[in-house]
Amino acid sequence: MMHATSNQFRANANAGLANPTLQSALAKMKVGFPTKRAEAVAKLPEFDALRDRARDIKNHVLENIDWYLERFEQRVTEAGGHVHWARTPEEARQIVLDICQRLGARSVTKGKSMIAEEIGLNAYLESHAIEPVETDLGEYIIQLRNEAPSHIIAPAVHLTKDAIEADFRRAHTHLDARRDLTEPQTLVAEARGILRQRYFQADVGITGANFLIAETGSSVIVTNEGNGDLTQLLPKAHVVLASLEKIVPTLEDASAILRVLGRSATGQEMSVYTTFSTGPRRPGDLDGPGEYHVVLLDNGRSALLGTEFQEILRCIRCGACMNHCPVYGAVGGHAYGWVYPGPMGAVLTPSLIGVENAKPLPNASTFCGKCESVCPMRIPLPKMMRHYRAREWQRDLTPRGARIGLGIWAWFAKRPPLYHFMASTAMAALGWLGRKHGSFFNLPLAGGWTATREFPAPQGKTFQELWWEKQRAKGRS
Amino acid sequence: MSDARTQILAGIRASLKRDALPQDRVAALETRLAGRPRGPIPARSAGLDRAGLVDLFDRQARSVACTVTRVATRADVPAALAAYLKSQNLPAEVEMSPDPDLDHIPWSAMPLLRIARGKPSGAEGVGVTSALAAVAETATLMIASGPTSPATMNFLPDTHVVVLPAARVVGPLEDAWDRLRATRDGALVAAAMPRTVNLVTGPSRTGDIEQKIEMGAHGPRRLHVIVVEDDGDV
Repeated sequence: MMHATSNQFRANANAGLANPTLQSALAKMKVGFPTKRAEAVAKLPEFDALRDRARDIKNHVLENIDWYLERFEQRVTEAGGHVHWARTPEEARQIVLDICQRLGARSVTKGKSMIAEEIGLNAYLESHAIEPVETDLGEYIIQLRNEAPSHIIAPAVHLTKDAIEADFRRAHTHLDARRDLTEPQTLVAEARGILRQRYFQADVGITGANFLIAETGSSVIVTNEGNGDLTQLLPKAHVVLASLEKIVPTLEDASAILRVLGRSATGQEMSVYTTFSTGPRRPGDLDGPGEYHVVLLDNGRSALLGTEFQEILRCIRCGACMNHCPVYGAVGGHAYGWVYPGPMGAVLTPSLIGVENAKPLPNASTFCGKCESVCPMRIPLPKMMRHYRAREWQRDLTPRGARIGLGIWAWFAKRPPLYHFMASTAMAALGWLGRKHGSFFNLPLAGGWTATREFPAPQGKTFQELWWEKQRAKGRS
Repeated sequence: MSDARTQILAGIRASLKRDALPQDRVAALETRLAGRPRGPIPARSAGLDRAGLVDLFDRQARSVACTVTRVATRADVPAALAAYLKSQNLPAEVEMSPDPDLDHIPWSAMPLLRIARGKPSGAEGVGVTSALAAVAETATLMIASGPTSPATMNFLPDTHVVVLPAARVVGPLEDAWDRLRATRDGALVAAAMPRTVNLVTGPSRTGDIEQKIEMGAHGPRRLHVIVVEDDGDV
């Protein structure tokens, strides 16, 4: 499994904040993705009804997932393909290696797959003298840099064009050093030319899956580039890496969810290529892989069923939560320290690698609620982060300073009259002290706040006082 | 690994606090699979006649950087293709799927147009295919692989031209699945489901460099659709 640095979130985040390339890239992302999504949503009056439908479909699947997986396996087998079950990342990559070695594979092309990242497939294949070639442009770029993706649909979103140009000049030494790479189009064309040859050379093509269809035994990929298609059509074998929860019952169910997927991800009504793959090439077919394998990875997901974290298994990996997250937008994806960044990562990472290995992630949120409000599957991400905070408290994983502070606060909070007296006294005192400027430039115990901005002095009544006035007014009317 | 399979299924059932599903639940799931319930269908394509659907397809296609020519009959297709190639400064030379749908077109009307039938050579020229259906809702072409329809023809050429009978334009994606099912006796299981069903919505693109959209990432950088308004009942 990919090594996690999630517990160093604070240091990772500080590095991100101090990285000018990242900050410049994030500034573009924060505007681009949300604008495109909002425009697409505005054009579809049925969008919210489709979100409800998508949520209901996945809830139905999760309640019956064992039956749907068995039906999927039966259909794949009838179509001439093979399903392999993997409990752990180790088992999954062993299955992939066995297929590659049986076919004498020396080079494998790869479409974008987060499961491949989760099981650390590239390093494993390399250690067995098999060369993995990423074909999605973003994945290709980060493979050249030996980096992990920083976003689940835009792996190289943390890079600027200039950084990518420098990587291409460093890696593609067989090309003319004086060539012009100033326009993004020239970079795209260069990668296209290099990868074209790799598709034909590859012995095995590996893709992920956005959906698995129980009705037909199909796996589905959604892309814009077409790399996932050339990856699976040209080699001897197509290997699909998918986690259990990708299953949906029918083509109609996939169609309903597709309507919210593209819009939430890139603001497209449909991504360019949505491809349904079923078994190997058929007798008489002019192209297509000779073998078709689906590796079904559990890696802790089945244990989430029936818990307060079951709903994260509805996630369709659109990236909307991170595109709209103020924390992700400030620190970037690498700060999260493992495969999945942003709000969905703050829930999925502790779910898959243990909360003790991802302690800061559920706390790296202001609970502004934007992620839940844009989630096409209506996943209550802040609620689940709160559950993880509670678990950290119960298991004594919360940092000492926070434990003491929260302990003091809780002691008062459990004694409402004392709490109200202390709060109103403190607020009145602060209001009086700050009456001249209207705000504080530094304040004891609030250095973290006042280091970068002023703290406004309280004005008028406390929230509790206003609340009681409102309740009394209601009682009178 | 049957061991892993057994353990994963047992783990799922333990988490859900139940055994394998009882007969009545299984029957309900079978009914749902056979019934294939649809979700909310966007109203934009509802109630449109053939002309309305083609208009919607045309509009949506242009919004995804696809180009469209509409011709009256199949006899007009060769000239329309030649005109398109000329407009893009492309040589009068195409690779074409050996699809019987394309056999009915009088290509000999354009003797200067060189046509290679079969699977694509890998040269980045022009590829011509038919489509099983077109979804007006999103301008999505449904192309299924088979002995006369190589899936690589949709990806290897630099320019992809699709000859589309207007009668195959449907409203929502679900209607396109029904069209596919109708050609395969209903249930899309085992060999009845084509190895590859491509849903193609516009030409290949990437936004991986600073979210700036660039066309022709790996697949065709141009997608052109020739809609044949009156092509009989195909």
